[in-house]
Amino acid sequence: MQLIQYLINGISIGSVYAIIALGYTMVYGIAKMLNFAHGDIIMVGAYVSFCITSYLGLPAVASIVVAMAVCMLLGIFIEGLAYRPLRGTPSLTVLITAIGVSYFLQNAAQLIWGTAPKNFTSVVTMEPLHLFDGQLVITGEVILTVIVSAAVMIGLTLFTSKCKMGKAMRAVSEDRDAAQLMGINVNLTISTTFAIGSALAAVAGVLLCSTVPTLQPTTGSMPGIRAFTAAVIGGIGSIPGAMLGGIVLGVIETFSKKYISTDFSDAIVFAVLILILLVKPAGLLGKQTQEKV
Amino acid sequence: MKKLWNNKDTRRNLFTYALVIIAFVVVQIMLGGGMLGYAAKGFLVPVCVYISLAVSLNLLVGVCGELSLGHAGFMGIGAFSGIVMSVVLQNLIPNDVLRLIASMIFGGILAGAFGFLIGIPALRLRGDYLAIVTLAFGEILKNVFSNLYVGTDANGVQFSFSASGVSLAEGGKMILDGPVGATGITKLATFPMGFVLILFTLFVVLNLINSKEGRAIKAIRDNRIAAESVGINVTAFRMKAFVVSAFLAGMAGALFGLNYSSLTASKFNFNTSINILVFVVLGGMGNIMGSVISATVLYILPEALRELEDYRMILYAVVLIVVMLCTWSPKIKGAIAAWKASITEKLSLNKKKGVGNNG
Repeated sequence: MQLIQYLINGISIGSVYAIIALGYTMVYGIAKMLNFAHGDIIMVGAYVSFCITSYLGLPAVASIVVAMAVCMLLGIFIEGLAYRPLRGTPSLTVLITAIGVSYFLQNAAQLIWGTAPKNFTSVVTMEPLHLFDGQLVITGEVILTVIVSAAVMIGLTLFTSKCKMGKAMRAVSEDRDAAQLMGINVNLTISTTFAIGSALAAVAGVLLCSTVPTLQPTTGSMPGIRAFTAAVIGGIGSIPGAMLGGIVLGVIETFSKKYISTDFSDAIVFAVLILILLVKPAGLLGKQTQEKV
Repeated sequence: MKKLWNNKDTRRNLFTYALVIIAFVVVQIMLGGGMLGYAAKGFLVPVCVYISLAVSLNLLVGVCGELSLGHAGFMGIGAFSGIVMSVVLQNLIPNDVLRLIASMIFGGILAGAFGFLIGIPALRLRGDYLAIVTLAFGEILKNVFSNLYVGTDANGVQFSFSASGVSLAEGGKMILDGPVGATGITKLATFPMGFVLILFTLFVVLNLINSKEGRAIKAIRDNRIAAESVGINVTAFRMKAFVVSAFLAGMAGALFGLNYSSLTASKFNFNTSINILVFVVLGGMGNIMGSVISATVLYILPEALRELEDYRMILYAVVLIVVMLCTWSPKIKGAIAAWKASITEKLSLNKKKGVGNNG
């Protein structure tokens, strides 16, 4: 029974990673860049939601909508200002710019909201479920997180396979120049990708802070790196891969904390990443590309 | 001699050495004249350490073309092993300078050995995946350091991964204490030693770049398949660059560790790796002198901006983004070039006018 409890907790934290990883994976797939500022957008989303609920006293749902809108605009703005001018340059230059953006967001948040951690009130008001005479406790946060992440993944899969814009995204990620020749507006497609990824980051931020209620300017960086790892485990660029990678990572993290060692949970998670990459160099669901001579 | 001078690479390398030596002499004169404040004196050794780290990472990123996000991990290996070694050798080598050198060499060798071990799996991957694996190794190393307990007593050195694992006899001393890190370190690091470290790093890296091996490494960077087809052993040369880079980072780390009285593992996190990478990229990939200059400027910049307090890191971030955009964006570069051209045109027009008036 205890095992199932840990499994559920693992899936819950893994679902949050999965939502963040979806943002990483979409941006990587389309813009071919490692967007290290993604983790900080999570933090911005959580702060916006926090301000709306605690200072303006609006309901939680409104705060999530506003947070998504703010992050969406922020994502489009960052892409247009910092990443678009560097398109076509070596990927390392965009990486460094992304790091600059990440520093900027963290320090701006520190100026606006201070370094002292804020106490985030959970957006979920549901009572925890007690199953099997209280042996198994499922909190409202867990249920909401799992449902939201499943919905997000299904939605995104449908979007990329059915919608015109989604198809354009797939085309751009396959071959940017060919897509442009077919009349696809590459800039608009990339902006949309950033908008979706950032809106998802806002959702992830609210869910993350509902589970772990401390909010500070560095809140996003560690989950950001974890989610990035998850995206790579699943195969970066693949949407179902991000979901799978997130959940695998969350479960491994929870199990290794409970059964192996709390101190070494980080090391174990990253060791698993290395092992997976050695066996499957493109991740679990990633496409293996053959190099042409 | 003249032939040597005509070689562009040699001239550039000599210029790099000259720059470092002149900077050292100037700082020594300023120190002698008491022109440096307490805070400025505190930067001297870290600046030397970061220059060495940037140069060694440039060997990997710029010359070999492999993105590494775990350089701080190797620095950490060097720092902690150097600290342990300096305590162990306390009675054996009473001379501070010799003990420091021995600790640095030990730190370097250990980091190099780990570089080799990590390189075996990591170098099977390429590009972004290699970057991710080095990031993962950096995090694993940081995690291990913060759970490492090392103590020494009359019976020798003991180490363990749990606090209870080290049971010391009477008169024993804990060197590393898990999450608390290393405390009570005897500060052995000196600025001249930092200078020697830079020279040594430059000597190793510049000679490697301009040797047969270096040309092979550059060939692999430019076209791996072509290099392989002319008989270059790709894995061996990538490994060589990786191990040398780790070795030098370990030496720099040992100097860094012995510059503070206490040190925790969190110092060697992802952000430190990224900072070193920023030095390399802004200095110019493959440009060793660029790394020396950018590491110095970018290390001092946030410290010099300290008066701006909360705004300094935001300013640093903005500077970073703007510099990247101005140096790499094709559009902005084009705009700057057009602006320069229009200015020179105006100047030449004015000159012509001037000539006309005089005549």
